[in-house]
Amino acid sequence: MAYLELKNVCKTYGAGANETQVLSDINLEIEEGEFVAIVGFTGSGKTTLVNLINGLLSPTEGEILFKGIPVESTSHERGVIFQNYSLLPWLTVGQNVYMAVKEAFPDKSKSELNGIVNDYVEMVNLSPAINKRPNELSGGMRQRVAVARALSMKPEMIIMDEPLSALDALTRGNLQDEILNIWGKDQRTALLITNDVDEGIYMADRIIPLRPGPNATLGPEFKIDIDRPRDKTELNDNPNYKKTRNAIIEYLINIGEQRKSEVQDLVELPELEPESFVGRFK
Amino acid sequence: MKQQSIALGKPRLFIRLGFITTFKDLFSGNLAKEEIQKLLRKFIVPIASILLFLGLWHMGAKALYNIEADFRINKALVERGQEAADAEAACIDSGDITCQPNSLPSPAQVWNSYKSLLRDHSIITADKKAFVVKTAALNEKRIAQGKDPIVYTGRPSFVDQILRSLKTVFAGFFLAFLVAVPLGIFMGLSPTLKSAFNWFIQIFKPVSPVVWYLLVFMIVKTVLIDSSEDSSFTISFVSVGLCSMWATLVNTAVGVSSVDKDYLNVAKVLKLGSFQKIFKVVLPSSLPLIFTGLKITLSVAWMVLIAIELLAQSPGLGLFVWEEFQNGANDSNSKIIVAMFLIGLIGFLLDRLMLMIQNAVSFNKSQAI
Repeated sequence: MAYLELKNVCKTYGAGANETQVLSDINLEIEEGEFVAIVGFTGSGKTTLVNLINGLLSPTEGEILFKGIPVESTSHERGVIFQNYSLLPWLTVGQNVYMAVKEAFPDKSKSELNGIVNDYVEMVNLSPAINKRPNELSGGMRQRVAVARALSMKPEMIIMDEPLSALDALTRGNLQDEILNIWGKDQRTALLITNDVDEGIYMADRIIPLRPGPNATLGPEFKIDIDRPRDKTELNDNPNYKKTRNAIIEYLINIGEQRKSEVQDLVELPELEPESFVGRFK
Repeated sequence: MKQQSIALGKPRLFIRLGFITTFKDLFSGNLAKEEIQKLLRKFIVPIASILLFLGLWHMGAKALYNIEADFRINKALVERGQEAADAEAACIDSGDITCQPNSLPSPAQVWNSYKSLLRDHSIITADKKAFVVKTAALNEKRIAQGKDPIVYTGRPSFVDQILRSLKTVFAGFFLAFLVAVPLGIFMGLSPTLKSAFNWFIQIFKPVSPVVWYLLVFMIVKTVLIDSSEDSSFTISFVSVGLCSMWATLVNTAVGVSSVDKDYLNVAKVLKLGSFQKIFKVVLPSSLPLIFTGLKITLSVAWMVLIAIELLAQSPGLGLFVWEEFQNGANDSNSKIIVAMFLIGLIGFLLDRLMLMIQNAVSFNKSQAI
């Protein structure tokens, strides 16, 4: 039995004439200790899928099993890292993490809890900033806090909803490595939602494309047969990497084309030219 | 927006003293062009506009004075003949108090009234001190016998009335705070309560302070029917509270019900209990809006206070204005204008005070308006 299992999951919003089906017929199995990435276009329903798995939403049809038990609400066993960090701006870094730790381990004493907070803030290299508020931090630092908060609850599975998409390339690379390091230490199960194919290939064991919504559904999976730890510079020369990357991108482009041809109302732009545009503003 | 940069933990000076260095630079001659422009805009222009205002006021007052003087002379001429008219004109020119035209006072008259009010205050303060000294021995005896001590019952000074008004406004504000904030939180949390109270808010919000006063009067009069004490203070502060609480009530309800969905998701993912959720997530995130509401409440409270004190005959600036108007003495009009400026100034200071508190407690500086 798979660790996390989605069976024929559908999700619709609204009712009656306004009904829109965002996800349809999603089937997914994730084994314990696996790192799976779901790649998709923006607006394809990725966040809806994440919220179904972490228990913020419940599916319209089908079921989601976590360790064989249906997911009904959120749980400390599944840690979530949100796309927009979702830190509470009135709390400091330490307080943000402390709040999570306190909920996850209600029996521990205050000093034990503070110890855990310090450990995890240290782990994401933010100890000097522990008393700062989120608006004093850069985007990368904020996302590190969110990582620390999610991991400090010692979840069995980490769900990441485009955690790095708002960051610049350099910070992004660093954080990818940090997340992989942490994941590698105790081999927790991880699900990464991303719009970056390279990120998926670098980090995951399997990549599954999400066909664009409405009626988004999962495409065929791509296995990444590259040994860990992976090296970013060597990756470019790896024939396996090139092959997989090309296959995924081709697949995504193809479904993108299909989707375009489905668009029916084409609006023709009028042919207008400014008469004397150049001279006018001089 | 620059004034709002009062950061948490390092409160800056309330009144900025940056212009001192600017002046220093001005005299030493090393002032950049932009700084001159800034100086011009921030200090020279306001000062010029104040002078212009005073000038227009002075001329307007003079014109009104002349209209009334001409009217009086004319009236004397028509009713009592040329001789009486000449006598009237001479009387007006001599500056005799008995025949001065009573119209809009000039800035100079207002300033003189301000000074005379201050003099009056120091006289009354001295009087009070003398009274305390005089009755000290007697009061000790009375207390020893179990009787109430004798207190000063003389006329309150202008400053006393300002303090009394501030007391009333803060009592009313505190009442509004105690009623509106908890009620707003409950309304924001529960859609049922919100729809239960919504009609109530929509209907009572636009009701005039005068009507609120009458309603409070009806109730308080009966409630305090046995009490020998003066109920005017109770009536006025309760009315002020009722008039001004609506902004806080609505803002709190909106703030609590429109917490960022991301924060609520965090609360869900962390599995916070409902108590924790309200105190750790919902309330902190709605604090900026609650404080905006409280700021409006305080300024509304100060504005309606004058009218309500006037109606309730409760001592304070409102009653001062009304008594001066009824008094009709030669300097009454200028005293009313003094009160007007002080009311405006105190209202402005109260607003700044709330802004400072708001900036100190809210995490989101840009929301403070």
